[in-house]
Amino acid sequence: MRTGRVQPWLFIGPAVGLLVFFLVYPSIYTIFLSFFYGMGESFAGWANYVHVFTDRTTLTAFRNNALWVVVFTTFTVSFGLAFAVLLDRVRYEKIIKSIIFIPMAISMVGAATIWRFIYAFRPEGSPQVGLLNAIVTGFGGQPVGWLTEAPWLNNFLLIVVGIWMWTGFCMVVLSAAYKNIPRELMEAARIDGANEWQVFGKVTLPSLKPALAVVATTMVVFVLKIFDIVFVMTDGLFGTEVLANRMYKEMFLFMDFGRASTIAVILLLLIIPVMVFNIRQFREQEMLR
Amino acid sequence: MMDKLASKLSRGLLHIVIIILAVAWMLPTVGLLITSFRPPAEVAHSGWWAVFEHPFSFAQYTVENYVTVIGKVGMGRAFLNSLIISIPGTIIPVTIAAFAAYAFAWMKFPGRQFLFLLTVALLVVPLQMTFIPILRAFTQLGIVGTFPAIWLAHTGYGLPLAIYLLRNFIGGLPSELFDSASIDGASPLQSFFRIVLPLSVPAIASVVIFQFLWVWNDLLVALIYLGGTPDVVPVTLQVANLVGSRGQDWHLLTAAAFVSMALPLVVFFSLQRYFVRGILAGSVKG
Repeated sequence: MRTGRVQPWLFIGPAVGLLVFFLVYPSIYTIFLSFFYGMGESFAGWANYVHVFTDRTTLTAFRNNALWVVVFTTFTVSFGLAFAVLLDRVRYEKIIKSIIFIPMAISMVGAATIWRFIYAFRPEGSPQVGLLNAIVTGFGGQPVGWLTEAPWLNNFLLIVVGIWMWTGFCMVVLSAAYKNIPRELMEAARIDGANEWQVFGKVTLPSLKPALAVVATTMVVFVLKIFDIVFVMTDGLFGTEVLANRMYKEMFLFMDFGRASTIAVILLLLIIPVMVFNIRQFREQEMLR
Repeated sequence: MMDKLASKLSRGLLHIVIIILAVAWMLPTVGLLITSFRPPAEVAHSGWWAVFEHPFSFAQYTVENYVTVIGKVGMGRAFLNSLIISIPGTIIPVTIAAFAAYAFAWMKFPGRQFLFLLTVALLVVPLQMTFIPILRAFTQLGIVGTFPAIWLAHTGYGLPLAIYLLRNFIGGLPSELFDSASIDGASPLQSFFRIVLPLSVPAIASVVIFQFLWVWNDLLVALIYLGGTPDVVPVTLQVANLVGSRGQDWHLLTAAAFVSMALPLVVFFSLQRYFVRGILAGSVKG
């Protein structure tokens, strides 16, 4: 197309300016700050990094982030896959999909409030208004303070909230991919005498591999920065701290920008492989264009 | 014969499993909704499932909780604030992104490839990397705790995904369109308004819905740049504050949470198709 030399910059100029101001420059500045004490007063060398990797609460946050990544990703992806494959076989697929997908539309604050209510705890003898404790006491058990049961139960129950929200996303993406697999492929396998499990293992799974990779990476990138659910439900107490919440506290509670920056940089480092993968993927696509 | 019976059984089992799971998925939200319509005294003394003893005796329902949270608790004001934040927080970035996407797709200029790869890379940069420097800049500008601060922030943060999605769509339009427009003497600006915008309506709608819900549902960005002053606080932050200050007043919490969820739910039910498309296309966002 006929374009002058200046014209393209009128179109992309504002966008590039904003990207540089809001993402590029701050990222570089934050890396820089991670090597300074407190509010940037004096050079710290690696001290902030040493602190982050030795401080007990931050180490708990590392452990919990790992737990989130593994448990959350495993369950969202496998539930999503199960729904995608099973719902394809029933006529009321659409309505069930909507039901599973609804939590995606609401905020994590909303979801956290909903689940805090499910997990609500009252001492023995008073009426249990939380669903989970009502079930437990209904069967004659003792009420449990679900969110204070450190370190495994409460973390797991927080992760359940995330799974409830994000399974719908995995389901939608995987279902779209599943419906793209040629039906003849599965039929041929069935005619050859394969049972449903064999069809799933030998035909369905291999065809879904690229979609599974996309979904799993998206979940990992998302969950590494998990914040809202923990912030609202426990604020990181009782051994439920996560890195993003820790950074928030370093920033606003302890006013230690150096340590806060260090945590941000570590989050970035963990995500860089995905960034490289995305860029490669994109370049390959462009070659095919 | 046995085969038929077995397959009927397994189909029956399939239906049962699916329906149980669907009910389990809905239950938390249903419980919230029912609780929000129960009088405070009853919320404190029995679980929401108690209403099913006489589900149609309407005396056990009330809108009192909503009156309280919208008025006294400030959810009405927060709802308004969320609208004031989300509408410009959507229109500004999508507009800027549309121009950029068009240039990336159809104009030739030095650095095009590099700048677009940069955009792809920025998709997954954790926002945490930007908070401290931007907060400092906003403090110097004196706009911390004001709407322009959060409009700007959501514009910057929303751009990479919006540019990426729109560029992929606009790049897929047939090149003949632009050739003939160019022969007819149309300037790039004219072809942008006459060709690109009308043809991109579905893609733009997806991006708009995605960005709107993202801004509406955001807690962290508001927490960092707005703080908690009542005249700017959005619904998410207000609900989070309420959990902190009145964590056991379930009649209020459930009603407040539902006020914060109402608009996203309406958007979801009325525009599900676009919403799903936006989510599908946006699965690379960080």
